[in-house]
Order: sequence, then structure tokens, then C-alpha cells
Amino acid sequence: MTVARNKTILYALILAFTFISPFLFPDFGTQLATLWLMIIVALTWDMTGGQMGYNSLGNIFFYGTGMYVAALIAIGMVYDVGDYTNAAGGGIYEFTDLQYFGGLALGVLGAGLFCSITAVVIGYLTFGLRGPYFAIGTLGVAIAAGELVSNWDWAGGGQGIALPVYPGDLDTGKIFFYFLFAAVGVGTFLFAKWLYGTRFGAAINAIRDDEEKADAMGIHTLRYKLYTWAMAAFFVGMAGGISAFQLIHFEPLESAYQTINLGIFMVVCVLLGGKGTLWGPVIGAILFHVFKEVTWNYLLGWQWVALGALIVVTVVYFQDGVMGWLLHKRPEWFGIKVEKKVAEQAE
Amino acid sequence: MDQILGNIGLLFEFPVVNLKIILDGIMVGALFALAAYGLALVWGVMNVKNLAQGDFVIAGGYVSWYLVQNGFPALLGVPVAFVVMWGIGWVVYKLVISRVIERDLFTSLLATFGLAIMMAQILNLLFGSDTQSVDLDYDVLYFFDGFIDVPIAKLIGVLMASALAAGVIIFMKSSRMGQAIRATAQDARAARVMGIDTEKVYAFTFSLNSAICGAAGAIIVMVWVIQPFYGIAYSIRAFVIVTAAGLGNLPGVIAAGLGIGALEQYGAHIFGIGYQQAIAVLLLLLVLLIRLIQQRRNRQVLK
Amino acid sequence: MKKLSMLSILMAAFSLTFSQASLAACGEIVLGSAISLTGKYATNGIHAKNGYEYAIQKIKENGGVKIDGKCYNFKVIYYDDESKGDRGATLAERLISQDKVQYMLGPYSSGMTKAIAPVTEKYKIPMVEAEGASRSLFNKGYKYLFAVLSTSEQYLASAVTLAAEMAEKQGKKPSSVKVAIAVENDPFSLDIRAGVSEDAAKYGMNIVIDEKLPRDLSDMSAILTKVKLLKPDLLIVSGHSKGAATAVRQIEEQNIQVPMIALTHCEAADVTGKFGDAANDILCSTQWAETLAYKDPLFGSASEYEMGFKNAYPEYKDKKVPYQTAQASAAVYVFKDAFERAGSMDKEKVRAAISATDLMTFYGGIKFSDAGNNIAKPMVLRQIQNGEYNVVAPSAFASHKLNWPRK
Repeated sequence: MTVARNKTILYALILAFTFISPFLFPDFGTQLATLWLMIIVALTWDMTGGQMGYNSLGNIFFYGTGMYVAALIAIGMVYDVGDYTNAAGGGIYEFTDLQYFGGLALGVLGAGLFCSITAVVIGYLTFGLRGPYFAIGTLGVAIAAGELVSNWDWAGGGQGIALPVYPGDLDTGKIFFYFLFAAVGVGTFLFAKWLYGTRFGAAINAIRDDEEKADAMGIHTLRYKLYTWAMAAFFVGMAGGISAFQLIHFEPLESAYQTINLGIFMVVCVLLGGKGTLWGPVIGAILFHVFKEVTWNYLLGWQWVALGALIVVTVVYFQDGVMGWLLHKRPEWFGIKVEKKVAEQAE
Repeated sequence: MDQILGNIGLLFEFPVVNLKIILDGIMVGALFALAAYGLALVWGVMNVKNLAQGDFVIAGGYVSWYLVQNGFPALLGVPVAFVVMWGIGWVVYKLVISRVIERDLFTSLLATFGLAIMMAQILNLLFGSDTQSVDLDYDVLYFFDGFIDVPIAKLIGVLMASALAAGVIIFMKSSRMGQAIRATAQDARAARVMGIDTEKVYAFTFSLNSAICGAAGAIIVMVWVIQPFYGIAYSIRAFVIVTAAGLGNLPGVIAAGLGIGALEQYGAHIFGIGYQQAIAVLLLLLVLLIRLIQQRRNRQVLK
Repeated sequence: MKKLSMLSILMAAFSLTFSQASLAACGEIVLGSAISLTGKYATNGIHAKNGYEYAIQKIKENGGVKIDGKCYNFKVIYYDDESKGDRGATLAERLISQDKVQYMLGPYSSGMTKAIAPVTEKYKIPMVEAEGASRSLFNKGYKYLFAVLSTSEQYLASAVTLAAEMAEKQGKKPSSVKVAIAVENDPFSLDIRAGVSEDAAKYGMNIVIDEKLPRDLSDMSAILTKVKLLKPDLLIVSGHSKGAATAVRQIEEQNIQVPMIALTHCEAADVTGKFGDAANDILCSTQWAETLAYKDPLFGSASEYEMGFKNAYPEYKDKKVPYQTAQASAAVYVFKDAFERAGSMDKEKVRAAISATDLMTFYGGIKFSDAGNNIAKPMVLRQIQNGEYNVVAPSAFASHKLNWPRK
């Protein structure tokens, strides 16, 4: 009983903190928004990686595609995209408030839906690959997409796309994007929490544990895999769409399809926090984000070395992550009762 | 579209272009093959997929470049890079790789990815981010009215690459260590039972891989240019080649390397050089798909 | 080389403590800059950072910035933007909201400036930038962005004019000139391409090759093979330092005979030092040349600037001082000048003073249009003649005659 009540209080506290943090730390608004982005991508990565055993290195594909889809929808509703993105053109393009927010809403939703559909298509082609082949294959999809988009002049090519600036004043803009990310983040979390408790969750866990047996038990594994990836892609795509508007200017290789940045960070976040758990990705994202911001501040030039080292150390020595470590040290927190004697014998 | 058609037209209008493209492709491919060759070795023997492969190549290039900066002859760079990278490979093995061998494959993939990030950045901090190259004062041979150029430096590079490859093949076939490596690749447990020190074999294999990459890098710096962040391009190519050729098939790796080199050059000619990276990656996806379809026929999956 | 730079850092630190001791009375003006220390723009990012630091040191040695009778020195907070736009934007935001920076120096490259300018504009932070030349920066109506350099469509446009002149001299029509373009797929180089295509279209020239270089370029033989087949009269290559290095090397190797070859970033890539004679007769666009007759009271003449800089940064001893460095120093100079004229630390007053700048510097004239770009300084085109960079165009600045055709 008390556990349940404690949990409710915990959730309420976290939610309250979510609401007040941008007002408490107004100077950190953008970083807090980015933290939510990390949480979203880590949570969704864990849907396939941790819960289903399919380690994708290409989820960044949905982030980049989300950015482009959202931007193209928003621009396309008002202007001719080819003219807008033309490098030589000197025209100034204005957006009214309605056009801006309408474009943003439709763009972000469209990005999510589009990414879901592409996830099904790509998944159909790649889900026959297992283990590292799946990782390499999906990484390949993300890299190829970035390269192809950078050659696509209509969508700005290597120039990228510059979206209009948030029409209101500065601070509201910052808070606006914070809450957009936070809303998607909370939504992702609640969705994942619900999903893992259903039969669907049990089915994808079965795929992770032994796909052949799951198949033999009559689980239509391909269908489950496709649905799971499509759900993950929906949230990542939306996050990408919001990012496009928050960043204002983005280009294909470094900010949209940033395979060796965010594409790997999300995996490291999950491993750091604990794979296959609900809270692991969230904790990992927070730890990772703090580590990253601190090293970027104080280790000018060396931050990448530190980051590479963090990845190596996490993967090699600390693969169960914070949650795995807690599970081992404090099993009672997870409702696991360990008889003292048994535990002592196991030591 | 017009440009693509025009480029294809050129291939027929000037048939000698084909020869030039194939020659260029083979020269690039020979070096890709070398890096892939090391990857196939490590992958086959210890089941580690090394994403830092390209960064070992670049590091070898910098070793050679550094020597030349300090007044040593350029050709000396290749053996020295081989030795230095052997040492670095051994250290990396002891610190990182030895701890990921028994783990699942995704672990090695990620750990070596972290390694790749670190190596690229350390090279950048040590040598700066300028593109560097070593210029050999050799002539260029011209054929077909000067249309086909074969720089002697490139020729030397390709010869050295093939000598190295041949050396490793002979070593694997005839030496005790080579036999031990092959035995470990077939069945590590059985090899251990038979008295082979597999830990030593692993360390040796990984160091050998790193050394081969280093030598390839030393050749690359004589023929093209290097930059701390170019590693990923070579890693991708190595993966394409090994996936296409399959493991434990070293001659196949070389053939695939040459073929992919040539295909890439054709792609760059027809679609434009901007698509080169995309073509390499799409080739990888294509190879994966083809292998997948083959496996599906046997009701199996690609593991 | 590493040792030398370590030594120079030590020396700089040493002299810093000394000068601080003697000029302890001066206050501090904090500038912020997110600059590329890693990633694809790192070479030039570091050139720019050195330019900033040299100018700051020079101002300090000359008594600092005088505002209202008091003296101030500049101090810059740097972050590494990793040559990534989204990172640059985040860091700019951090500089402004966390480090409370009121004035910004620009990043390196048009792409990065494009990513950061919306942020500085949002916060109304004046940014004087020295490395973002794309025209697309100056059609957004930015009020707080000022660029000391000429916009990028001018970089190689004079090469097109030269090619037309040469064709006329040969008794041919300018429209018979065939142009080959190979530029990197990034905002700066695409803008160069736009400038060249516009000018070529004016003369009715035919563009026979129009390709984009990938960001991790190490081999462009596929393009050069086409150049051999299609025999253009003018070859344009632009891809920052690596583009210049790769092009010069492979042009020599493949024995490409094009009457006129024009590049950007020759000095930054040190093509004469690396490739010797192979670089001869190549045209290089530059924002600045140390042989030009510009001067100012702080740095002296252009050649004095070069000497002073080489003394402070010995690692540049055997190279040309790249114009990226010179313009970075000029940007700091603009700030000094504006602060002194504004006579105040008020952000808006300083912005107004920057906007009213009309300054002669070692780098050339600086006067900003309403859009923020510098309209007082032309681009010059230099040709590498026997390992020397000699100005050949525009004719008002030319010190040497153009060698044509190449080889």
C-alpha cells in the first residue's frame, strides 16, 4: 500500500518539477528542453533495443526525417518550397502567427505519422537482420538518408532549411518549446509505461528472450516488431519536428541525420541508465546530459575524448546501467524479496 | 537527370574512360580491401566487429606523416606504421577488446564506436585538423595520350598493399601462429582444449589487424589525403566488403574490395562525386538485403 | 611543431601575466564566441581564434579600449561548436543567457553563422563576425549582425570576368567559354557556385560540369576525369582547406590542362608549402593580402600585421597568414572602435556605433550596409606565380600580370 502511495507522490513531485523547472531556471530553458529530447529518444530506443532486443543504430533517421517533414509541411502550406530554399534567392518570407502555429502543429503531427509509416516500410526490409547486422543495417539507412537529402536541392540540399523565428517574445518562445518537448516526453513515458504492462509488452519481451520460440508459440513476430518500431518512430519523429522549429536553422548531415551524435547518444543513455527498464532511459538521459554539458563547458577540445571514454567504460564495465546496479544492490526496491540466507549463499 | 545521361554518354563516347575508372577503382579498392581484410580476421577469429577500423587506418597515416615531417623517407612510413600500430592495437586489446569478446556483438560494436570517437579526437588534438598528405617525388606514367595517368607512387602503394596481403595469407597458412589463429576461429573451446593459448591468439590477431590498418593508412597518406575525421569512411567500406565477401574468405575479401572500389568510381562518375558516400552505404544495404533473401530461402535469418 | 606551439602558449601566458601586472587598472569587456575547434571546420576555426586573440593582445599592449577615460581589455569566452550548427546555436544561447555575454564574435563559416545569427538576433546581442560570407545571411533583415568580410558570391566572380577578358583577347566570344564547377555541399561553397553561375550566365557561358563535393572528400579524380574529357576553359573548385589541398594534388597528378583554375582557401590549406610547383598559376580568391596598401594605427600596414602575427604565433612562420586570421583581428578592431566612439557600455549605443562604422584598417575599409555586410572592401584574386601569391585582379590592385594559359 505504502509503496503505491509513495509512487503516486513521487510521480506528482516529478510532474510538478517538470512544470516549474523552466521558471526556476530560466537561463537553462534550452538545455532543459534538450534534456526532454534526450529522454524521448532514449525511451523510444529502449522500446526496440531494451524491450524487444533489436539494437538499432538508425533511430536518428526518424529524428532527421521528422525535422524535414515538419519543416516542409510548414513551409509548403504557405510558399513554394523550391523558391524558399533556393540558395541564390534573396526573397524575404514572412509567416503570420496563424501560419506559424498551424504549420508547427500540422508539421509535428505529420512528422510523427510519416515516420511511423517509414518505420513499417524500413522495418519490413530490415527486421530479418539480427543482432549486429540489424545495427549496421539501420545505421546504413540513417547515413544513406542524410547523404541523399544533402543532395536534394529542392529541400535545401547541403544548405539546410531556415525556418521562421518564433513570433512572440523570447522567453515565452523558450518556455513554449520546453513544454512542447515536455508534453511529448511525458506522453512517451506514460505510453511506454502502459505498453509494457499489456500483453503486447509481454510479446515483445518474448521476442527479445527467444524469437524462435516466440514464433513457435504463435506470436506473429514480424507484425509485433513493425508495430513497436512504428510507435517508437512516431514519438521520435514528433521530437524531430519540434527540434526543427526550435533550432530555426538546420542542415542534413550535422543537425538532422546526426548519426554519430544524437544517434549514438540515445544508445549510451539507455545503457547508462539500464536497458529494458522503464526508468533506466530517463535516468541515463539525465546523467548523460549533465555529463555532456559539464565536459563541454570545462574540457574545451577534450570533450569528445571524455565522451568516447564514457561510452567505452559504460559499455565495457557498466553495461547493466544504474537500474541494473540498483536491482542487484537493492532488490527490495523493485518488490523482489530475497531471503537473507539465499542471498548470503549467493554471495 | 540530363547530367546523369550525359555522364553515361561519356562512358560510350570515350571508351578509354572505363579503363581509367576501373584502374582508379582498383587502386582505391586495394586499400579498402586491406582494411577489410583486418576486419574479417578480427570478426572471424574473435567475433568482434571493430567500428574503429577506419580510425586505425588514419592513425597509421599520421604515424607515417609524422615521420616524413621529421625528415625520414616516406617509404619507411609503411613498416614503421605497421610496428607502431601493432603496439597501439595491443594496448587497445588489453584495455578494451579483451573485455568484450565474450559479450554479445552489440557490445563490441558500441565499445569500438566509443573508441573511434576517442581516436579521431586524439588525432585531432595531436596533429591538428588540417588535411595532410605526403608527397612522393616520383613521376607519373601516362598512357593513351596522357589520358590515363598512373602515378608511380600509387603503383608502389598498390604493390605494397598486395605484398602485405600476400604476406599475411602465407603467414596464416604456414606459420604455427597462423594455424593457431585458424584453429581458434573454427572453435575456440576446442582450440583451448588442444593447448592453444587463445588469449594470446586474440591479442596477436587484434594487434595484427591494427598493424595492417596502420600500413594501409601509411600508403593512403602517400596517395590521397588524410584528416582526423576520415576514419568512418574507411570503416563503412570495410563493413561493406566483409559483409559482401563473408567471413573466413580472405581472397573473397580482396576481390570484393576491388569490385567495390570500381563500383564506387562508376557511381561517382555517373551520379556525381557528392553521392560517393551514399553509394557506399547503399551498396552495404544492398548486400545485406541480398544475403537476407538468400537466407530466407533456407528459412534462416542473418545473424 | 607541437613543442613550438606549447612554448608559444607558455610565452603568451608569461607576457599576459606581465602585462596584466602593469595594466592592472584596466577593466574587462567580455565577448563570447562559439568557434570550431573540432570537426570539419576546425582548421579555419583555429585560424580565426588566433586572429581574435592576436588582436586582443595587441589592443592590450596599446593601452586597451578607452571608454569615457577609463581603459578596458577584451576577454573572450570560447566554446567549441564542433562545426555543428545545432551545437553552435545552443552554445550561443548559453553564452548569452548563462555567461551573460553582451557582445559576440562570429563563428567560422557561413553555415555556423547562419545557425547562430537567429539566436543573437533574438537576444539583440551585437555580433561582429568575420567568417560568414554567404549572401543568405544578409537578406534576413538582421539588425545585430555585422560582417567585416565581402560576401561570398564575389569570391570567384572576378575569375569569370578574367576568363571572359582572356577569351576576347583570343578573338573569341565570352559566350564560348566553358566553365566547370566543383564546390562543397555547404552554404558557403554553394553561394560561391551561385555567384559564379550568375556571372557566367551574364556572359552566356556554358557550364559543362556542375558537381558537389562530399564533406569527407579525399579523392576527386572522378571530376577531374570529366574535366579532361570536356575541356573547360575555367575550372572552379571550392571546398574549404581540404578541397584546395585535394584539388591541387590531383590536378598535378592527372596532368589536368585547363587554361584557368580558380580556388578558394589556398593560403589556409598552404598549397604552396605542401605541393610546391604543382600550385603554380592557380588563381586564389582572397579577402585580404599582406601586399595590399591598407594600414591603420593599431596594427600598422597589412605587411606589418603579417610580421607581428608571425612573431606572436611562430607556427605560421613558413606559411602565409591566412585571410581568415586577418579578418578575425579586424572584427575585434571594429568592436574597439565602436566602443570608443559610443563612449559607453550600453548595448544599443554600441550597436548604433558599430552600424555607423567607417574605418580604414590594415584589412581594408570597413563600412556596413543596412543589411550588415561590409561594402567598403573588394575581393582580390591572387595568382600563385613561382610559389609567390601575386595580386592579378581586380586591375586597380593588380601588382602582377596574369599568366595565361596555365602551363
